[in-house]
Amino acid sequence: MESKKKSIKRYNRMGYLFVLPFVIVFLIFNVYPVLRTLYISFTNMRVSERENIMWVWFQNYQRVLTDKFFWRALWNTVRIWGVNIVLQLGLAFLLMMVFSDVKYKMKGLSVFRILYYLPNLIAATSIAFLFKTLLDWRYGTFNQIINAVYRLFGASYNPINWLGDPSYAGVSLSVIQTWLWFGNSFIMLMAGVQGISKDYFEAAAIDGAGRWTIFGKITLPLIKPILMYVAITSLIGGLQLFDLPYLMAQKTDASYESVQTVVMYMYKFGFETGTTQMGYASSVAYVLFAIICIVSVIQLKLFGTKEG
Amino acid sequence: MNTTGYKVKKTILYILLIILAVTCLLPFLLMLVNATRSGSEISSSFTLIPGDKLVENWHTVFEYFNLFDGMTNSLKVAVPATVLTAYFSALTAYGLAAYEFKGNKLIFGTILVFMMIPGQLGLIGFYNLCTKLHLVNSYVPLIIPAMAAPGTVFFLRQYVMSALPPSLIEAARIDGAGELYSFHRIVLPIMAPGIATMSIMGFIGNWNSYLLPMIILNKKDKFTLPVMMASLRASTDINANQGAIYLSVAISVIPILLVFAFFSKYIISSISAGAVKE
Repeated sequence: MESKKKSIKRYNRMGYLFVLPFVIVFLIFNVYPVLRTLYISFTNMRVSERENIMWVWFQNYQRVLTDKFFWRALWNTVRIWGVNIVLQLGLAFLLMMVFSDVKYKMKGLSVFRILYYLPNLIAATSIAFLFKTLLDWRYGTFNQIINAVYRLFGASYNPINWLGDPSYAGVSLSVIQTWLWFGNSFIMLMAGVQGISKDYFEAAAIDGAGRWTIFGKITLPLIKPILMYVAITSLIGGLQLFDLPYLMAQKTDASYESVQTVVMYMYKFGFETGTTQMGYASSVAYVLFAIICIVSVIQLKLFGTKEG
Repeated sequence: MNTTGYKVKKTILYILLIILAVTCLLPFLLMLVNATRSGSEISSSFTLIPGDKLVENWHTVFEYFNLFDGMTNSLKVAVPATVLTAYFSALTAYGLAAYEFKGNKLIFGTILVFMMIPGQLGLIGFYNLCTKLHLVNSYVPLIIPAMAAPGTVFFLRQYVMSALPPSLIEAARIDGAGELYSFHRIVLPIMAPGIATMSIMGFIGNWNSYLLPMIILNKKDKFTLPVMMASLRASTDINANQGAIYLSVAISVIPILLVFAFFSKYIISSISAGAVKE
């Protein structure tokens, strides 16, 4: 008995060996940078610590919270995400309803979901240049297509500058984001529906429940945790939006100020030559993190589920 | 009467689904077609019939940058990073799932916390660390951190707990097999499908990664494909070079389309797993 206990302990100690490489790399490249950023955010560091660095307490944070360009960037980010999440979840939800409908029994799910997911795999840099070229105001293919449709009806089309006009640039980005992400949301929602036991549906059908009753009373409550999960992960990703607007917006465009996101704002102070103020950029990162935490908690409370 | 109505509605639904699928593919289709046309042709009209300027566009692209160098660099980063993530995540996941030791819960809890932390939070600290270690312009900070992938460890831990019967390891121990030997010979093969799923997504993520390589790499000959592509940002002469831009986007997209063609099943299942597991 005693010896068996000992041998189990000996095996268990081997666990350290298994997790050791992970723990070392994790501490160096994940934990340390996050803490280091926190430290830098309380200093006036500009480019590197070779300069005279001073501890400035909350001065950077004060500056973030009072800079109207930060709030502008936050509003841009939220707006681009907000329009996108409504479209994206709406579309994914409709598709889920179509494919889970008990009456129509639609086929081809495996093919459709692959096609819907495809845009999500392409690098943001490639997507950015593809759409930047397609949506070009004067020479882009997109405006040519619209023009052709207008002419078909005998109307004349005054080309819209989709990316350069401040009143369209944000919405254009939201729609591109939707195009990129609705397939992902759809697959997740569908996985949730397929995870629901068939017994529920059969029992409901025997009881004579209609499809809307089944949808409202069974499907919806059971996929709510997944809906929650999709919304929160989308928010965490959406508030970090960087690649697409960074690559698509020209600094000289009138629309630049209406698509500059928080991470673009942070990048400007963190890494762009001439404006580098790492201390300030670090505090921007932490303010954004705090905002993400607060909104996630509110989301969880609002839709109050055990899981999330 | 009722059945015709049903059929009509069903047909309309299929048509709408197909239109949506075309919307997903059309930009790529236009990309391929426009890659074979000259800038002035593209500017004057649109078509789905390929043109004959592919060779000219090819020369324009490769005068500007060598995309194949970018691809080679991307492979140099993405392949080792993916392999490291796969092996060390499996090792860690099994270590956490199969052994009871002090700190196990703490490590797992920290992993959960870091899964929720947005990636940009530590960005400046990460760059600061790299400058201090003289790792700027090196692939090391893009590859080595892949050994610690909290999300992959989390997924594989769930996977190994549901797929591996503990009696199998017990039997191996009685036969006198060492712990690492058992891991390599018994556990890894059982975890292979889960590892494959995570690796494909990991490879695509590494291949597409932009922000971090852009910050770390500043020598042109080190640029990965997305960083190289991003230098197009400076090109303002869209009109004349449109065909060449489409072609370079097309070249950058094709490898991922190939990966997708072969592994789409794994990719879909990994997204579904994310939804059901959380």
